[in-house]
Amino acid sequence: MIRADDIYAALVDAHRGLDEAESRRLDARLILLLANEVADAERVLALIEEARAAGGDS
Amino acid sequence: MQTALKPSRANPVYPFRKPADLDGHERHYPVCVVGAGPVGLAAAIDLKLRGVDVVLVDEDDTVSAGSRLICLAKRTLEILARLGIGPELAAKGVVWNRGKVFHGDELVYAFDLLPEEGHRWPAFINIQQYYVEEYLVERARSLGLDLRWKTRLTGVEEQGGGVRVLVSTPAGGYAFTCDWLLACDGVRSAVRGSLELPFRGQSFPDRFLIADVRMKSKFPAERRFWFDPPFHAGRSALLHKQPDDIWRIDLQLGPEADPEEEAKLEKVVPRIRAMVGPGTPFDVEWVSIYTFRCRRLERFRFGRIFFLGDAAHQVSPFGARGGNGGIQDADNLAWKLAETIRGRAGPALLDSYEAERIPAADENILNSSRSTDFMTPVSGAAEAFRDAALTLARRHDFARAFVNSGRLSVPALLAASPLSTPDEPEWAGFEGPMQPGAAAVDAPLGNGWWLDRLDGDFSLLHFAAPGEAATAANRGVPVHCAPPEGILASRYDGRPGTTWLFRPDQHVAARWRRFEPASIDAAMERARGWR
Repeated sequence: MIRADDIYAALVDAHRGLDEAESRRLDARLILLLANEVADAERVLALIEEARAAGGDS
Repeated sequence: MQTALKPSRANPVYPFRKPADLDGHERHYPVCVVGAGPVGLAAAIDLKLRGVDVVLVDEDDTVSAGSRLICLAKRTLEILARLGIGPELAAKGVVWNRGKVFHGDELVYAFDLLPEEGHRWPAFINIQQYYVEEYLVERARSLGLDLRWKTRLTGVEEQGGGVRVLVSTPAGGYAFTCDWLLACDGVRSAVRGSLELPFRGQSFPDRFLIADVRMKSKFPAERRFWFDPPFHAGRSALLHKQPDDIWRIDLQLGPEADPEEEAKLEKVVPRIRAMVGPGTPFDVEWVSIYTFRCRRLERFRFGRIFFLGDAAHQVSPFGARGGNGGIQDADNLAWKLAETIRGRAGPALLDSYEAERIPAADENILNSSRSTDFMTPVSGAAEAFRDAALTLARRHDFARAFVNSGRLSVPALLAASPLSTPDEPEWAGFEGPMQPGAAAVDAPLGNGWWLDRLDGDFSLLHFAAPGEAATAANRGVPVHCAPPEGILASRYDGRPGTTWLFRPDQHVAARWRRFEPASIDAAMERARGWR
């Protein structure tokens, strides 16, 4: 990932000062925007599954 | 919880007449339809038009008490027009093609469900269910259909090669037998209960207020849906125009709402006042407090008993997929049963009712469940995604696709139908959405409409080359010849030689690039369930 540190810092910065619900909405907006950029439904579905599996929470 | 308040019209009453069956002799009928709602009436009329004698029993003696099903989709209108009540629906109904979705007090987007010309029927007509039933009853009477009011089903059992039915009436009970029974008796189906069949699926906890309000309003004839409107904060609202200055209002109340309290006029009136504003006088005609369920029977056929409409499957109202799905069930089954009774069908034809209508019901259940999930988020995460979709949709076109205020009923594509003949590979490259299994799309033709030519029998459509004689040797099916240009040709990719075969319910059975009698015969056999 190019400029990974910049992206990571921008993500964290974007949440500064937000409460939990606001943060959640920001993430949701970002996820929908990114899904649209991926523009491949199969790929998006695979990434959702990957995120779920990687967490090991469920 | 239902309150009928100030009905603006008196429903007709259909008198109970003593049938000869009360003499104690058990009679036999080819078909019994249980339930004179829109689905039962449509099925009975369709069968009668095909020359099948039907007994239609209903426990009541009138039409629907409230407006209930109000949105008739294009496909339903085409079916009901074929059954003979098109002029009445066109004269009375409110036509609409457009809708708007609001978030707060801002318009998120507007849509048009039928953005092209050249169709007899619009995307939707709104009309109260009692009018639809009234027109169908008049039609049934004019055909001499055996309608039996105040006749309640008390038992049903398979017996020998048929079905034995027990009913009670004001003049006593009687029994009869029939070869086939069609259960069209709604969500609380007595037939389903009598057979103790499980009816399983998903329940949604949110309660909804549904009201019919009489008022003079300048709201346009379009579907309006609000997420979190100023007049009903934090919930959703839906507005539809009906005939006679009646408006359908649908308000989400949340899971903790008390149905008894919420149905009271002193609770209902302020909610509606907030929505329509202080300057508009209104009367509340009908109020109902609902929770929604999406569920279906595991099978729609049990031997000689078929289930149709809400008796077979139930959906939430978002998308208008309940009544419209039910009418498509009737459209699908009537011709198959008629062909079977006439001895012209193979054994696979009646089986195809489930093969075609269970996937259609699942599609309706999936769509209406997803709409309800979007409107009533089940978690903080779901709420955040809904908010994100609504917020982004104002400025980003792509995000509109995520906003789900109801995916409105479209005709089922019977994609995996055993009755369809797949395209031969060498004829690939048909353009447009028409394909085997699809409901025929309309087009202007002469001074009329293409679908009016598909009036209930198998039919062929053949695009002839200029100067070509009507090649069409008679295959025992009417052949409609059309020129390979114009709207009909563009909607059916009609090049010289292109030939389409339609089933009696106007769905595509097969298509070719040449008129080949042997292929047509084979496709007809398949569409009649012989292979």
